[in-house]
Amino acid sequence: MTSAILVSILMTLVAASTPILLAALGELVVEKSGVLNLGVEGMMLTGAVAGFAVAYSSGSTTLGLVAALAAGVATAMIFAVLTLSLTANQVATGLALTIFGIGASSLIGAGFVGRTITRLGPVFPETLSGHPILRAVFGHDIVVYLSLALVLAVSLFLRRTRPGLILRAVGENDASAHAIGYPVIAIRYGAIAFGGALAGLGGAYFSLALTPMWADRLTAGRGWIALALVVFAAWRPGRLLLGAYLFGAVMTLELQAKAAGVTWLAPELLATAPYLATIAVLTMMSLGRKTGRLDAPACLGKPFSAS
Amino acid sequence: MLEWRRRREPSSLMLYASPLIAVLLTMLIGMIVFTAMGYAGFHAVRDIFLTPFLEPQRWPDLGVKAAPLVMIALGLAIGFRANVWNIGAEGQYIMGAIAGTGVALATYDMTGWWILPAMALAGILGGMAWAAIPAFLRVKLQVSEILTSLMLTYVAVQGLYYLVRGPWKDPDGFNFPQTRMFTPDQTLPAMAEGSLIHLGIPLALVIAVIAWLVMEKTTAGYAVKVVGLAPAAARHGGFSADTVTWATLLTGGGLAGLAGLFEAAGPFGQLTPQFPTGYGFTAIIVAFLGRLNPLGIVFGGIVLAATYVGGEIAQTTVKLPQAATGMFQALLLFMLLATDVLVRYRIGWKVRAV
Repeated sequence: MTSAILVSILMTLVAASTPILLAALGELVVEKSGVLNLGVEGMMLTGAVAGFAVAYSSGSTTLGLVAALAAGVATAMIFAVLTLSLTANQVATGLALTIFGIGASSLIGAGFVGRTITRLGPVFPETLSGHPILRAVFGHDIVVYLSLALVLAVSLFLRRTRPGLILRAVGENDASAHAIGYPVIAIRYGAIAFGGALAGLGGAYFSLALTPMWADRLTAGRGWIALALVVFAAWRPGRLLLGAYLFGAVMTLELQAKAAGVTWLAPELLATAPYLATIAVLTMMSLGRKTGRLDAPACLGKPFSAS
Repeated sequence: MLEWRRRREPSSLMLYASPLIAVLLTMLIGMIVFTAMGYAGFHAVRDIFLTPFLEPQRWPDLGVKAAPLVMIALGLAIGFRANVWNIGAEGQYIMGAIAGTGVALATYDMTGWWILPAMALAGILGGMAWAAIPAFLRVKLQVSEILTSLMLTYVAVQGLYYLVRGPWKDPDGFNFPQTRMFTPDQTLPAMAEGSLIHLGIPLALVIAVIAWLVMEKTTAGYAVKVVGLAPAAARHGGFSADTVTWATLLTGGGLAGLAGLFEAAGPFGQLTPQFPTGYGFTAIIVAFLGRLNPLGIVFGGIVLAATYVGGEIAQTTVKLPQAATGMFQALLLFMLLATDVLVRYRIGWKVRAV
């Protein structure tokens, strides 16, 4: 009995963590290439609505996930063209992307409010995940396993491969990377597209797995929490995984407290926990730092122009 | 082949022309997108961008929508000039309304001319207090004000929900989640009998002129611009970036708080869960459309106000969903950022070396 409850809490925690883990992992790669894309929330929302619309119309959650990925990339490309080709301010363009995502998802989603779909189900058959302990390992959906595999893949890519090294070089010193012949702009386009794909996927996890229905602003600021998570993780994928699950724990607090019958604290006040935790975490990271800045890529947020 | 050529100096013509080009491009692209989506695109664009200006009976409504946008955008623009990215104005706006409503509920049985000024003061202080948190964290600990001010918006929204559903719920309100209606002494007087125009509208104009004078004619305004453009030079010149961060965030918070109080004591007349209207985010677009210039922001505020008023018109005339307003606003911001390149670059023919 007790283990069943623990496993159930763990499952909720993993589910709540997965979208921010995906979005943050994408943003980590973007920031490693020297670009700050504050539009994560916007890309998540376009992914969420595209995923839902396609899954609802086609009846296939797999197609929904693919559509979300594509929508995330498409939204990210608006940011890439503005900041990389037209050298627009990255902070302002990121904000614009979020405002766009809110508007576009609300417009496209208007026809889907209140509709429901079949939730994204577990990968493995019931026979494997029957026992509570086994359920903790085999009871998740495909996106959870994909997110874990991606953490490992991104970590290896950045530390062990030549393209990963080049990507980091572009983020640390774009002028030098350009001088020795690396296509800075093209590499950053690629990184931003990857970030968009993962943000779109993360957004779709809300509409296809967590709450299989459409509601306005479904992501409720999780994209911004993903941005804070990258800072918390000091731009390291392994720490990102830890951080995402910690945030997942805080986010499920509301549900757990309700289940445990906590009534002395209003649900609205409990709902502020993830946002206050984000501020607390950012503050603690700053307290803990010894030098002027954390391990942020040196060119983060600075525009680059080859001429 | 066409290519971008960097201008030796930013084009002052394009500085003022690019917002106009952006608005025209938004109308054009909006027309195409909404036609593609199956709406009457041309009529939608006409109703959103032109009808509010052509029908005089819409003008008071334009003013009512523009006033909070202008007030909030003025504060944001001063910060953006100094590279202080306060994007939590929505939260400061809500906190201003909450603080002012606190005074209103405490003075519910009283009468007097002083009640409304006291509410306004509380509104300003409420917004300032909410902005002081990111200011403190940025100055003392270098925590990004972008993320903290935004997180605090979500906290403010939940705080509002808690108050209107809990301790501040109207005891005679049939269990609706809203506060009492404000009394006449707690409500902004209309500028003319029976009109929508309230005190906030002329006040927004006055604040814009003051902001313009401060930014263009005083050392303080100069310090803000230098800190934003050349932080190293600012240090050398004895301007403190920390002081500028504090000053711009508190100004932005105070103005957003006052705008929130004016909404609560004006169009709303109470606090309800519908109070977070998104003005704090739309004001970011207003600030950019006004080129971060206080007088430009007045025009920017009127254009964005038109998208709200016109959006409502288009809802009835061509059945355009309400959410389309948000799309038009986002498109406008993209076009502004895109056309900004014209200030620094010009388009020329690439000459091939033979």
